[in-house]
Amino acid sequence: MDRSPYVTESPSVSVIMLKVMLALVPGIVAYVWMFGSGVLISLALASVTALVAEAAMLKVRSRPVMPFLLDGSAMVTAWLLALALPPLAPWWLIVVGTLFAIVVAKQLYGGLGYNPFNPAMVGYAVLLISFPVLMTQWPAPLAIAGAKLSFMDQWNYIFNRVLPGGIGLDAISSATPLDTLKTQLRLQHSMESITSAPLFGQFGGKGGEVVAGAYLLGGLYMWQQRIITWHIPVAFLGALALMSGVAHVVNPEHYAGPLFHLFSGASMLCAFFIATDPISGPTTPRGKLIFAAAIGVLTWLVRVYGGYPDGVAFAVLLLNICVPLIDANTQPRVFGHPK
Amino acid sequence: MSQGTNQYQEIVQNGLWRQNPGVVQLLGLCPTLAVTTSVVNGFSLGLLTALVMAASNASVSPVRRWVPSEIRIPVFILIIAALVTVGDLAMHAYLHALHLVLGIFIPLIVTNCIVLARVEAFAAKNNTAPSALDGLMMGLGLALVLAILGGIREVIGKGTLFSGIDLALGPAAKQFVITVVPHYQGFLLAVLPPGAFMGLALLVATRNWLEQRRQAKAGNASSAPVDTAMAHGH
Repeated sequence: MDRSPYVTESPSVSVIMLKVMLALVPGIVAYVWMFGSGVLISLALASVTALVAEAAMLKVRSRPVMPFLLDGSAMVTAWLLALALPPLAPWWLIVVGTLFAIVVAKQLYGGLGYNPFNPAMVGYAVLLISFPVLMTQWPAPLAIAGAKLSFMDQWNYIFNRVLPGGIGLDAISSATPLDTLKTQLRLQHSMESITSAPLFGQFGGKGGEVVAGAYLLGGLYMWQQRIITWHIPVAFLGALALMSGVAHVVNPEHYAGPLFHLFSGASMLCAFFIATDPISGPTTPRGKLIFAAAIGVLTWLVRVYGGYPDGVAFAVLLLNICVPLIDANTQPRVFGHPK
Repeated sequence: MSQGTNQYQEIVQNGLWRQNPGVVQLLGLCPTLAVTTSVVNGFSLGLLTALVMAASNASVSPVRRWVPSEIRIPVFILIIAALVTVGDLAMHAYLHALHLVLGIFIPLIVTNCIVLARVEAFAAKNNTAPSALDGLMMGLGLALVLAILGGIREVIGKGTLFSGIDLALGPAAKQFVITVVPHYQGFLLAVLPPGAFMGLALLVATRNWLEQRRQAKAGNASSAPVDTAMAHGH
């Protein structure tokens, strides 16, 4: 007969990171299926850059290279950044973003376990602020794209900025649904006419909603494997749904509904993979709820009132700063100690 | 207090390296962060600050015995403000284009901590000649940091060096503008305020690293602690 307490072996960083990458696979498959294989090139490019940068920085900092390189944390950062970037971005954009994430946001702050900011989101924010035009060139969903690019065509475009003859950039790229919704609403178009455009799908963007669904699946796998707890995804998605739901009920002509917000942009990626970063996030359960709910509210505010189409990166970075405060004020009472 | 050359040497060393206002005392951060989008902007404001500092230190030192200590701060500020106004008007008259670019940051030299700090900490306690040298050297130390930070941000942000030099030296100087990276896309972050903070942080780190190496080489690592940067004010 078993008697508590049990001694359990906590999984190593490598195992956790491998499972996170595994959980990302459905999302990547859906991405390739819906938007083409270009994302595989950015994933590979970001991974190679991240590993080289990580190794170089560990060497400079006289830390053991192989153990830290093999823990997989740099790869996860690279994958999250690559999935957040437009897959048709030029190669140097991905390299610059990854270098910033690994060298500045992670290693300069002390490496794995010491970075106060989510490295992937730092890389993303740097690129978004520095190269706003390139960061809005998203591929159109294959279902409505004017032309289809082969893998080699996409390779050529990423590395040489050359498109095959006769195909213009407009044929293969489009604004994201979040971006379209924002600009069209400012032009006084009605919600119905905007969302009936071919770019929009059942409840999110065409293609994008499938990818978001796949991220959700991967996220549930991570929850089942106890890599993440329910607090952050539920609080983030709940806050986002609540904000957009209330606004939608008050004025459905001006505010998109909760399903659109949950399945657009980086919502699902943020809920399960970005906000759940154990290093830059809070450690207490109550703290996680506050942290993720605030990210959800901020994300919605930026999407609806801000200058950028999506607000996930800025919301996560802003809340990363608040983590020490949140942690200090949400410490659970130790059993037997007075309040 | 010895008035030998030793004291003057120490003043020069303190201003340019050991107590550098930009990367050790972290005083005068307002212009450091705001105008260092190019070498020319950074260095010209730094140079003007250095002249003001030399003049204000030289003006305060001779009258220090007659200023009641209770009202010394307003008196010092009035002297500094008068000198900054002279510099501001002179620049307006002779370097109008550059004056337009630097704008509000020229009159703001009055409120720059480093100017009052040197008046209060040095000129109010020392003779005129060392005071003037201290003001000049501290100012040049700051100007140097502004120029280097401006250079870093200009190269990374715009891919050029010395852009806008024609504003300071006349249209003929346009040929001195160096295009470091041709057909550069521009890296906006370096020109935006975060670039200033990151650039300054890298300069502070580089200075600390060089100082640590120097001390380790000198073999007195145990004796004197490194004068590392400490934040004081704006």
